[in-house]
Amino acid sequence: MDAQELPLSTSNIAESAAVGGSAVSPSPADAPALPENPVLVIKSGRRWMGLELGDLWRHRDLFFFLAWRDVKVRYKQTALGVTWAILQPLLTMVVFTFFFGRLAKVPSDGEPYAIFSYAGLLPWNFFSSAVTNSGNSLVGNASLITKVYFPRLVIPGAAVAAALVDFILASLILLLMMAWYGVSFTPALLMFPLLTLLITLIALGTGMWMSALNVKYRDIRYALPFVLQLWMFVTPIIYPLSFVPAGWRWLLRLNPLSGAIAGFRAAIFGHPFPWSDVAISLGIALAVLVYSAYAFRRMEMQFADII
Amino acid sequence: MRPIIKVENLGKRYRIGSRQPYHTLRESLMETITAPARWVRRAAMSSGRQAASKPQGEYVDALNEVSFEVQPGDVLGIIGRNGAGKSTLLKILSRITEPTTGQAELYGRVGSLLEVGTGFHPELTGRDNVYLSGAILGMRRAEIARKFDEIVAFAEVDRFIDTPVKHYSSGMYVRLAFGVAAHLEPEILLVDEVLAVGDAAFQKRCLGKMGDVARTGRTVIFVSHNMASIEALCSSCMIIKGGQLDAIGAPDEMVSRYMTSEIIRDQGTRDLRKHPGRSSISTPLMTSVALSSSEAGAVRIAAPLSVEATFAAPHPVRPILAVTIKSAHGAPIFGVSNRWTRQGFDGPALAEGKITCRFPRLPLMPGTYLLDLYFGDFADQTRDLDVIIDAVTLEVFPADVYGTGLLPRAMDGPVFSDAEWIVSSEGDAS
Repeated sequence: MDAQELPLSTSNIAESAAVGGSAVSPSPADAPALPENPVLVIKSGRRWMGLELGDLWRHRDLFFFLAWRDVKVRYKQTALGVTWAILQPLLTMVVFTFFFGRLAKVPSDGEPYAIFSYAGLLPWNFFSSAVTNSGNSLVGNASLITKVYFPRLVIPGAAVAAALVDFILASLILLLMMAWYGVSFTPALLMFPLLTLLITLIALGTGMWMSALNVKYRDIRYALPFVLQLWMFVTPIIYPLSFVPAGWRWLLRLNPLSGAIAGFRAAIFGHPFPWSDVAISLGIALAVLVYSAYAFRRMEMQFADII
Repeated sequence: MRPIIKVENLGKRYRIGSRQPYHTLRESLMETITAPARWVRRAAMSSGRQAASKPQGEYVDALNEVSFEVQPGDVLGIIGRNGAGKSTLLKILSRITEPTTGQAELYGRVGSLLEVGTGFHPELTGRDNVYLSGAILGMRRAEIARKFDEIVAFAEVDRFIDTPVKHYSSGMYVRLAFGVAAHLEPEILLVDEVLAVGDAAFQKRCLGKMGDVARTGRTVIFVSHNMASIEALCSSCMIIKGGQLDAIGAPDEMVSRYMTSEIIRDQGTRDLRKHPGRSSISTPLMTSVALSSSEAGAVRIAAPLSVEATFAAPHPVRPILAVTIKSAHGAPIFGVSNRWTRQGFDGPALAEGKITCRFPRLPLMPGTYLLDLYFGDFADQTRDLDVIIDAVTLEVFPADVYGTGLLPRAMDGPVFSDAEWIVSSEGDAS
């Protein structure tokens, strides 16, 4: 190896700068003043770096556009378009009402079974599609992840937000059904947005975690629909919480969706609000969210390498 | 002046082999279950022997101990062969992937442009994609709105801005995508080979836009295989070789250094004695083939090229050589042979020697080509004695053939042709 082949010495750097300076570099006058401290330090071994909420906040426009893209693209080239958002819970409700309400005579807290089950299906469908979409979101956006930097949390977050749009549309049908069945509108309905937020938190926590796992283990893609299917049956959607023997209800309450959906029904029908159920649900939701955020951050730096 | 980018001992190690990149869930569950045992074992080992606790496997250092500095306003070109680590370096600096060792300090906001059309969605309209892609590249919504008209004008797609981009021609698509990217205004811009698209006029505008970027005092790191644009755009240039920094200096020096060092070795002599492409019925007569060009070893567009086959036969032969040049995908482009020209027909029979085929002005566009070699004997013209498919790879590099700074476009096909142009008024056409 001759001298020129040796790894770069500092003197070489200085020389290159001089060469560069003579060619295109601007005069010192219009060169931007450099900050004292680096804007960014890149090094290995950063594992738990905090949530970097500031960084997320700076990318709020990206969050908006990704959610907006998902919404806009979802029903492109479909004949029924956005009607699908309404059709799915509506038809499921019809089938459930026939089989579970009419034939199996599942109790429904004294309300018409149709609206009872729709009140459960509505948040469930939101949760289920939010988790499915966000669970597959990182893998689906692999081309972005390997080409551009931005906080990766934006991707599963935007997928959840996109699912929220369908939920809002399907909620309008709920209002029509309430009017049709003569369910009176009570102030309890004001809890609706807060409960939506609760479901969003549960979906975000679950979806974020699944999306990160999916990058590493593609098993998630196959496991997720199956798990969600089972999950639906252990959530009081086609039956009320009171349908379950009292001794087993505590187990059902560990499912954060139980409390949330009980809350939804109470808000819609103006029943006494199940504060403790909702509180348990919120507690579990926050715990899942914190753990997921931690797990996500820990895996985030590897995404581009293994996706 | 203080550097705006300071890179110290940056390295990236990938694990290769069957266990990566996909773990199965079962593997991971087993790892989780056996983790306590591992912790105990690790704790038992002295802390100084950390390396020993790393999982065993094969590693490849995509980047190894790279250190350099970039001054504000500098346009640094990075050249190197495929897989040398150029893109890995860019990906680390743009925070897409994490380094394994070392660190980089950046004294400015970073924007990266590793691909044209990142985040473009075919179903969305041009307008939607400008906003989406802009946001993905790191622009704020207000910023995109402010530059929207400029972007559309730059891309020349005004009439189609509300048409889904899946209906765009590839040229329109690329122009719009580059239009968004070109209006990115970070203090440090990292660019990977995105100029290798579009037609010549558009490439020139892109080069112009990149030049503007440099003149506004922004710092640019620019990875390219295109030596002509490296020379045109960069104020300094770096060669990366095998994951390591080979040299850094003035662009023209670096380009010629790269051309001579890397390419001569690559396109120099290729041993043919145990070539996998040799057809089964062949007698191995050709022992090596050498490609050479007059210009410092690099084969540039419209430069001379010599293909020299060395042979050793058990009986003296009057050699016939046929060379077929094929695209990288294997489609034949053209072939030549002295079988038809009859050169050497009356010559002496040789047991050992060389036969050279010389193209005075290689009619190939920049790109990668494969050469098939057919060797025969004028004494027995009914068959080829030695046939080697894909015998050697030929890399043709761009050059400023017209002296205008404009490159012919590779998308028009692999053949480079000379042409004369006559412009006249209708009356006196000669």
